[in-house]
Amino acid sequence: MNAKTRRLTVEIFRFNPQDPDATPGTECYEIDESPYMTLYIVLTRIREEMDASLQFDFSCRSAICGSCGMLVNGRPMLACRTLTASLPQHIRLYPLPVFELVGDLSVDTGRWFRNMVQQVEGWIHERAPFDPDAQEERMSDDESLAIYESDRCIECGCCVASCGVANLKPGFAGPAGLNRMARFMMDPRDARDDEAWFDVVSNEDGVFGCIGMMACHDVCPKELPLLEVYAYLRRKTLAAGFR
Amino acid sequence: MKSRSLHTTDVLVIGGGLAGERCAMEAAAEGLEVTILSLVPPRRSHSCAAQGGMQAALGNCVKGEGDNPDWHFLDTVRGSDWGADQEVARMFVDEAPRAVRELAHFGVPWTRVRPGNNDYFVKGEPVVIREAEENAGLLMHRDFGGTAKWRTCYASAGTGHAILYAIDSEVIRLGIDVWDRCEALALIHENGRCWGAIARSLRTGELTAVLANATVIATGGYGRIYGKYTTNATINYGSGAAIAFETGVVPLGNMEAVQFHPTGLWPSGILVTEGCRGDGGHLLNRELERFMVQREPEKQELASRDVVSRHMMDQIQNGNGAESGYGPHLWLDLRHLGAEHLHQKLREVVDICRDFAGIDPAQSMIPVRPTQHYSMGGIRVNKDGQAYGMAGLFAAGEAACWDMHGFNRLGGNSLAETIVAGRLVGRSVAAFARREKLDTGTALARRFLDACEADIAAWLARTGDGPRIYAIQSRMAEIMINKVGIFRNGPDLEQAVSELQDCLHDCGHAVLHSKGPGMNPELSDALRLQGMIRLAITIASGALARTESRGAHFRRDFPLRDDRHWLKRTLARWPADTTSPRLSYEPVGLIDLPPGHRGYGKAEWIELGKSLEEYNQSVGTLQDAEGRLASEEPQGSRMSWGAWKSVATTTGTSK
Repeated sequence: MNAKTRRLTVEIFRFNPQDPDATPGTECYEIDESPYMTLYIVLTRIREEMDASLQFDFSCRSAICGSCGMLVNGRPMLACRTLTASLPQHIRLYPLPVFELVGDLSVDTGRWFRNMVQQVEGWIHERAPFDPDAQEERMSDDESLAIYESDRCIECGCCVASCGVANLKPGFAGPAGLNRMARFMMDPRDARDDEAWFDVVSNEDGVFGCIGMMACHDVCPKELPLLEVYAYLRRKTLAAGFR
Repeated sequence: MKSRSLHTTDVLVIGGGLAGERCAMEAAAEGLEVTILSLVPPRRSHSCAAQGGMQAALGNCVKGEGDNPDWHFLDTVRGSDWGADQEVARMFVDEAPRAVRELAHFGVPWTRVRPGNNDYFVKGEPVVIREAEENAGLLMHRDFGGTAKWRTCYASAGTGHAILYAIDSEVIRLGIDVWDRCEALALIHENGRCWGAIARSLRTGELTAVLANATVIATGGYGRIYGKYTTNATINYGSGAAIAFETGVVPLGNMEAVQFHPTGLWPSGILVTEGCRGDGGHLLNRELERFMVQREPEKQELASRDVVSRHMMDQIQNGNGAESGYGPHLWLDLRHLGAEHLHQKLREVVDICRDFAGIDPAQSMIPVRPTQHYSMGGIRVNKDGQAYGMAGLFAAGEAACWDMHGFNRLGGNSLAETIVAGRLVGRSVAAFARREKLDTGTALARRFLDACEADIAAWLARTGDGPRIYAIQSRMAEIMINKVGIFRNGPDLEQAVSELQDCLHDCGHAVLHSKGPGMNPELSDALRLQGMIRLAITIASGALARTESRGAHFRRDFPLRDDRHWLKRTLARWPADTTSPRLSYEPVGLIDLPPGHRGYGKAEWIELGKSLEEYNQSVGTLQDAEGRLASEEPQGSRMSWGAWKSVATTTGTSK
């Protein structure tokens, strides 16, 4: 072993809500660091070698699926792409706040996001039924690229966990919800006009609930331009409000 | 706490990825009640990791001009090394254009044709091509391996993500019930009829018997059998195939057909899309030579995946790999494409390289190595997606052997399959559920619940110093990658089968270290292990028995494709109380395009030795004897006999 190899201390929040005898607390695990070690490797090794009861979520392990959001030394991030080399020797892992706890580091982002999608009706409101024999509707590539830009959200929940309002106020659409609204507002295939959007966007559960602390913008692993998204939403709703 | 319950539904879909969700939409649109089980929230399914695109013959750009389903058919069947069912391939290519356009309707932000001059790379050279004004704003295509035309529709390198979000949005709009964090442990079945499944909650560990009139398995591939040597997500256990196998009645088809993707990021195994080579990326060896130019002058880096992966492994085994602390690899060079192209068209590749290799592909070469990627094999179904030997059970997508891929799938054909099969199989499922009645008692459900509970109790009760499940898992993975990988041979495969049998034996004695209440991650893994080992044994046994090379199945000791003896599909069943699979064979299906040269790879093979008429005559009877259930339309009804002749050229290429 390289003399410079660090021995990491990984302090992990533990609580199994299914166990009537369990009380919330933390446990520490010691593990030798290896080159290019990510938190995915760390947590998998802890489960396989030290504590098989440890709950956490990974799926793609390539920062695409959004399963593994957690608080790493207090900051929401994707565990799979976080290199231990970028962290101090003592690593504290906690589940994301806001979301219901499934157990240990695993939280229920799935239900939260499904509710959000229902709240903002995050699907294309079609202008006419699909005609299977017609050529596709045209759209400029620039327009498509702009939609793709905000469609890239992977619903990992890091922004929601970092949001002061979402932490306090259950009905708030959250940064990801606002981004989802903008994504459909700018899509020419969606039949909703500014008026129709007004009721969803322009209230305290929508863009005017945001108090502008912008931690969301800083923590987003996909680097979505959330600052611009909110400006776009405010502009659109103000225009609709004055009409 | 209630630990078991009963639920009934018209249609049960096991698997919340693209194939499962698209199938569910079709049934829900018919007014049927649908329940989806998904290991993860559906948007986190492995479908989201598909990067490069979806093939559909629209022919919207200059390099795709003249494309049509006939070309797509030719490419797909040649790609399959003639292992595909050609009627299914035909159904697929005819439906793909509608499927891709429907996705545009659902909001997928496809890349569109930019009229005027565009800069592309073709066979290593920069070219400027003028896209016509009249095609402005139609769906754009990129080049992919093994295709005669640019045909792959895409949304940067996040195509799977964009499609999955659009489809899941439709599922939510339709109000389809999704049980996320839920796993199917066993199918409920009796006398060749499936009546749903036993579901286990991955939140609480509770069991539910879900009684369903029709059941669909769409659980994707089994890449995790190869442990860390796969591009697949950590949830790709192949459990859908495993529970169908467990019935003893339903056969798995062509399990030995395992695809290795040429460009897994080394050493993490994370996928780097074929779109990189489609857009002009180069493969280089340690001398920075483009070895593919000499090996495959016609297709170069864009031969089919099986062929490219073999050339890459040849390079590595001949000492031409670049060295790293983790062993030799090759290079994927995208630097000449430029930062702007990479950022717009291959954005997710830039992210992955930054996050997992610490490099910027505009500045540095990417270390890559062939990595297990896709299972062409799976639950054998007829052209309606109806499983052999089990009425009321359907399968779609990677979990199925529908069989449009044969022994090698083309890039861009798997995303397309999920949507096309979802549409077509979904319709058959809906028709079945409308026609048939849910007619079984709770006694049957209780029997299967009891069996699952007993299995769980046995795992929790076992004590002592038996092996750990994670040790068995990683042993299985090492056997698979070392002995059932890209290059195979008889002695290695024999050893693999015997060593995997040891794993299976160990599994029966393994001891859990975690026994607490709730979902218990170790118990969850343990419940999957036997099924995974059985799949592994079946892959190795099928590979050992198949004494030829076809597509991704390559035997060093039998290097030629042997149409005389092996133009057939392997079927494997695992009868109750046995320790090995039983193999049998059926014809690949009706043949329209006669076996020949693929246009890349080896130009030698062993001839069929009889007429196609003779071959085709016995297909129906022999498949029926293997348990094929009647399809809604007769076999052959969807063939377009001879249509390929209008496009086939002597060289087999036109790009």
